[in-house]
Amino acid sequence: MPTLEQPREVLQRFALGEIDAFEELFRRHQSEVYRWILRIVRDPAIAEDLTVETFWRIHRSHARFDPGRSFEAWARRIASNAALDHLRSSPCEVALPEHFSDRQLPQQALPNPGISLELRQKTARAFARLPPKLRIAATLALIEEQPYKEIAEALGISTGAVKLRVFRALRLLRKTLQRQGIEP
Amino acid sequence: MTTPDERMEQLLKQSLRPTITHPGTTPQRDLWPAMLHRLDQTSNRIPWFDWALLAAVVMWLAIFPRAIPVLLYHL
Repeated sequence: MPTLEQPREVLQRFALGEIDAFEELFRRHQSEVYRWILRIVRDPAIAEDLTVETFWRIHRSHARFDPGRSFEAWARRIASNAALDHLRSSPCEVALPEHFSDRQLPQQALPNPGISLELRQKTARAFARLPPKLRIAATLALIEEQPYKEIAEALGISTGAVKLRVFRALRLLRKTLQRQGIEP
Repeated sequence: MTTPDERMEQLLKQSLRPTITHPGTTPQRDLWPAMLHRLDQTSNRIPWFDWALLAAVVMWLAIFPRAIPVLLYHL
């Protein structure tokens, strides 16, 4: 991941609540924050709204920011929390929109032609109903293929805890599919 | 020979694609105006504590109306 760290002076001015410094940080980091949220929520429009929500939380917490620490890591942690809050309140957990599976399915030819479209749709739907904490970890680690260390830092947990959540997500997903008569 | 968990992982990867197809993905609109709008909304909002304080003062004056001149004197 590219490093986008700011001069310490900008971070100090931001910590004091200067709006110019906040705008500079916003313009420099918004794309990175947006991409991180997009990886979690998987919807560009929602990711844009949550990017604004993230920076609003960042602005609200400016006095607690330590200019000696990484702004990028701090922003990513807040972004992860905002995305998690969204997933917790999202109706997607209960009922997946019809367009979801079509948009999420791979466009390229699959390596295994034995896996039908219906099976992939059922898998995507079952995955969307997993508990948000498990879903975030599995999405970032398995689908988006982000490093475990970065996921752990963003979620504020250990690398081992991320691996455990991924394992539990897979196990729960497999059980859900088995209940539908599907044996992965 | 793969384990059931490994097969589940493969099935998941084939069912959901990565959202970021290239590293330069950016928001489709400038988000700064929305950010400013959000900040304006927040700054215009009166905190609940101020409303509670106002309600307490009104109640106090309603119970002790003779305190009104004292309050006005101190304002």
